[in-house]
Amino acid sequence: MNTVDVINEMLVQRAKDFNKAKEGENYVEIPDFKAGDTVEVAVRVVEGEKERIQKFRGIVIGKRGSKVNETFRVRKISNGVGVERVFPMFSPMIQSISVVREGRSRRAKLYYLRNMSEKKIRQKISKQK
Amino acid sequence: MKRTIKKAILGKKIGMTSFFTEDGAAIPITIVECGPCPVVSIKTDEKDGYNAIQIGFQDIEERKLSKPLRGLFEKNNIAFKKYLKEFRNTEKEYKIGDIITVEDFEINDKVRVSGISKGKGFQGVVKRHHFSGVGMQSHGQHDRERHPGSIGGSSNPSKVFKGVRMAGQMGNKRVTIRNIEVVEVIADKNLILFKGSLPGAPNSLLEIVKV
Repeated sequence: MNTVDVINEMLVQRAKDFNKAKEGENYVEIPDFKAGDTVEVAVRVVEGEKERIQKFRGIVIGKRGSKVNETFRVRKISNGVGVERVFPMFSPMIQSISVVREGRSRRAKLYYLRNMSEKKIRQKISKQK
Repeated sequence: MKRTIKKAILGKKIGMTSFFTEDGAAIPITIVECGPCPVVSIKTDEKDGYNAIQIGFQDIEERKLSKPLRGLFEKNNIAFKKYLKEFRNTEKEYKIGDIITVEDFEINDKVRVSGISKGKGFQGVVKRHHFSGVGMQSHGQHDRERHPGSIGGSSNPSKVFKGVRMAGQMGNKRVTIRNIEVVEVIADKNLILFKGSLPGAPNSLLEIVKV
């Protein structure tokens, strides 16, 4: 294993430890999820001195990178407007990720969902077909 | 007044990755394996006309060194090193045999990093000097997209001024970047993590100086 990998793994471990230390008993491991799953991401929002949790629920439309560099893209439709956010997997600003519903998809990147209606998307990624 | 340097070390560029700061920002970092660097010899004003320390880096087999260099290491009882570099006017007094390690550096130190940049070969003006290329219309050109265009006047001044930017060798020369921040020091692996990118390809030699 080369040194960059060693450092990457060290940083991933550190990110997990950071979350463990901060959350204590409430700590949850990052679940295994893939494109098509519906997830809820709990994001820490710092407002002045205070910190609160904001949840972002949507469909994962792709993951990229590995180890510390890994990010995933979540899309939801908010008030009729499509919203996409890219989250770093091991960011200290992410409190937890939970899989709400598993989806079914044949590809790794679901960019084509952008051009679909909500109803169509639901049909497309629902598990039973 | 003579300019002095506070700390100096030699390192090998390993590669880049990203790093999360406590407030959640992801910053790019470069991993550099630094030292341990023994002080191999000391130049003094009386003897050599200038003050400097000479430090070594990276172990090497004996047979790969010339005899005079072998003698230098053997005389001071120091393991054979691949690289030798001098740093002038250090603030601290060093003795021969002193070892400089990553632990001499601290988080948030601002350092100056020098290295040999990646060689790009003989490049045209578009890549080398960010010219936009003459294109098809003006400056006396019609069929050359990436040429420099005019490089000066005609009978007045009847010469091309010195320093006009033209095509030529790009990269593979010494580059120094100042104000590089130390993000972290990993003492047990002899690693320093710096913020941002550094000159050169992975495995190339870097000189790190804190002024």
